[in-house]
Amino acid sequence: MKFKNIINDLKKYFLIEIFKGLFLTFKYLFKKKVTINYPYEKGKLSPRFRGEHALRRYPNGEERCIACKLCEAICPAQAIKIEAEPREDGSRRTTRYDIDMTKCIYCGFCAEACPVDAIVEGPNFEFATETREELFYDKEKLLANGDRWEEQIALAQKIDSPYK
Amino acid sequence: MDELRNINIIIDGIEISVPQGSTVLQACEAAGAEIPRFCYHEKLSVAGNCRMCLVEMERSPKPIASCAMPASDGMIIKTSSEMVEKARKGVMEFLLINHPLDCPICDQGGECDLQDQALYFGKGETRFENSKRAVSDKNMGPLIKTTMTRCIHCTRCVRFANEVAGVEDLGATGRGENVEISTYLEKAVTSELSGNLVDLCPVGALTSKPYQFVARPWELTKTESVDVMDAIGSNIRIDSRDGKVLRILPKNNESINEEWISDKSRYAIDGLSKQRLDTPFVKINNKLQRVSWDEAFEVINSKISKISNENCVGVVGNQVENEAIFAFRELFKKLNLNKILPFQKKLSFSKENRANYLFNSKIEGLDKCDYLLLIGANPRVDSAILNARIRKNYIHRDLKISSIASQPFDLKFNYEYLGCDVKILTSILEKKHKISNDFEKANFPMIIIGDEVLQNDCSLDVQKVSTSILKKFGGFNKNWNGFNILHNYASTVGAIDILSEYSDYDYSALKNDINKNLIKFVYLLNADDFDFDISNCFVIYQGHHGDKGAQLADVILPGAAYTEKEGSYTNLEGRVQYSQRAIFPPGDAKEDWTILRALSEKLGKKLDFDNLLQLRKIMFSSKTMLKFDENIYSSEPKIITKSDFKSSKLNYENKNFFMTCPISRCSSTMAECSQVNG
Repeated sequence: MKFKNIINDLKKYFLIEIFKGLFLTFKYLFKKKVTINYPYEKGKLSPRFRGEHALRRYPNGEERCIACKLCEAICPAQAIKIEAEPREDGSRRTTRYDIDMTKCIYCGFCAEACPVDAIVEGPNFEFATETREELFYDKEKLLANGDRWEEQIALAQKIDSPYK
Repeated sequence: MDELRNINIIIDGIEISVPQGSTVLQACEAAGAEIPRFCYHEKLSVAGNCRMCLVEMERSPKPIASCAMPASDGMIIKTSSEMVEKARKGVMEFLLINHPLDCPICDQGGECDLQDQALYFGKGETRFENSKRAVSDKNMGPLIKTTMTRCIHCTRCVRFANEVAGVEDLGATGRGENVEISTYLEKAVTSELSGNLVDLCPVGALTSKPYQFVARPWELTKTESVDVMDAIGSNIRIDSRDGKVLRILPKNNESINEEWISDKSRYAIDGLSKQRLDTPFVKINNKLQRVSWDEAFEVINSKISKISNENCVGVVGNQVENEAIFAFRELFKKLNLNKILPFQKKLSFSKENRANYLFNSKIEGLDKCDYLLLIGANPRVDSAILNARIRKNYIHRDLKISSIASQPFDLKFNYEYLGCDVKILTSILEKKHKISNDFEKANFPMIIIGDEVLQNDCSLDVQKVSTSILKKFGGFNKNWNGFNILHNYASTVGAIDILSEYSDYDYSALKNDINKNLIKFVYLLNADDFDFDISNCFVIYQGHHGDKGAQLADVILPGAAYTEKEGSYTNLEGRVQYSQRAIFPPGDAKEDWTILRALSEKLGKKLDFDNLLQLRKIMFSSKTMLKFDENIYSSEPKIITKSDFKSSKLNYENKNFFMTCPISRCSSTMAECSQVNG
């Protein structure tokens, strides 16, 4: 018992623990750094990343959404509001597709429910705004998002497709 | 008829007893076992072609179709054995071979029998890899949208059209894989009941055109209410969302509308959002201008004080609920006015006895009756549901029907046309006419008197002779009352009931007054078919649509339509039914009784109630008539008249089934229908 106390006292006296800690810190000087220079650099995203919503189109420009309203039904935050009516050619389309991004909890259920992969949560996470109103997305905004991010979205869907 | 014997049958180990003539499916239902089905429908004949209702019967090597198999004594049925489950899976697989996987764009999605049953009874995966068949869509008019690729050939629609609606427009062509349901000639289904095809279709092959892609069933708020498009008082379910009525569906009521409602009840709702009065108006410099409630009341107050009591008349419209009529009466009472016209048309009843103006046999009596005489009635236009009920008896029990009317109407059943002269009734009474025999043979004879008579000068005469005929041939006894008046409008019976004690004022009295230039002040309570020239009078219109009544008005008080207020309506049988509020009235519009209550306060004659409950309490305590007696048939009608038949020829009045009220006149769907059917 006494011997152990003497060792501990010596350790305290020579600041052994402090040097151990300082050595650990010193080691990281030579390691590859993990921080990135955001916003000039960005981290890698999983293909399943759930970011800003987008409404996709088919390659021929036709919007995918068919107004089945399954996303509206599944949305646990009730952030989605859809109104629909027949388009001129008789097909079923939305006249209104609103997402309240301030209500959204980014659970991704909407994308999962969509039978035609129209509504997706894309890779964009930089959509902070100065006013609240800007976060009430309408159909136009969502389709514009889709057009803007289509390449990345399509790639992510392709990579993830074997697991769906 | 033989006494129906009960039979005992064992279902899943439970022994139950069902009436003879039941099918195995009905017995299973009674035992609480759920049997999936597509083609079987209680109100239609048995087809047995979907095979979904297969069950296992002991000592039968194959599963049996329970909907087509009559139950017999000692049967042992299993509804959840391995064999049954396998059979159901197999049938479902066959049904789904050609059914497209387009549930996301199908309007039936969420309330689809096929969807539900595939989930509960199907295999959950497909083994079919070939292409599915495609069928071209058919044109079935402005109400029904077809997607025939989805059809599973249950033939419910064909059976409904043939049996209930009586239009042989639908049928199946082709055999096997090529079978198609079509209208043969690509024409619209010309029935007033065609909307029911949409309800009957177990898949999304027939869907509602005005409602297409509008909403999903899970989004809708459902309110059970009463229809006001005719005097039947069909029970309905109002489906609404975001303050808008999106569709109307029938609600089961075996004593009234069974499972059906007419197309007008179902599809006139788009008129509810058009031409609505949403704020009070006052005519200033010959132009209607928006004002506040207070200003409108002020104008009325200043006007009414200058006019003497006998110059004022109130007119009750066609779709007013009892509460508003009662409040109207109370207001007039307080103001010491006694001229209220209970209905706008010239209809003659004698109001002493309630049996004089009711449909005494009750609608259910139509199933029992064994001889029917229609006098001046066109039930197909006046109340399509009633016509279907007559047809039901005609189909199932070979009911014999005769008709005296201005012309032989197409009623969708065969009947003997006796001409347009009602004098024939006297010879029937004197047993000089051949149909006296029919009356004599009948145990439950029935006479239905319609609009053509009621509007004619001979109305009371016909009513009196009809009563005498019925009396002579056993039309009145403790189980039966064969005297029936066919009303056209939802508020007529209620208005007669409520106003009969108070005012004897009628159409001809008003005509006299107007000719004498005695009328200076007219209060139209929802009255839009008022055909007098009242351009010199001060006119208040209280109602919900900018229709004919509002055009005449100097002051407009915006009221609520039938989907926007709680009210009670007395149907033609005298049955009081309550409607519920589904949505709120637009803008500043208010429920009608509240307008009358507010006005009374402004005029310094405050009415004695502050809420609907109080109003109803007073209304029902002062009127024993408002109570509907289910069991005892009302007493015999007593009609006092000279019966000299001054006029005896019935005149034809051209009526458009699809446009009878402000709501249906504003509806574009109804406009389309009347174009197609006209």
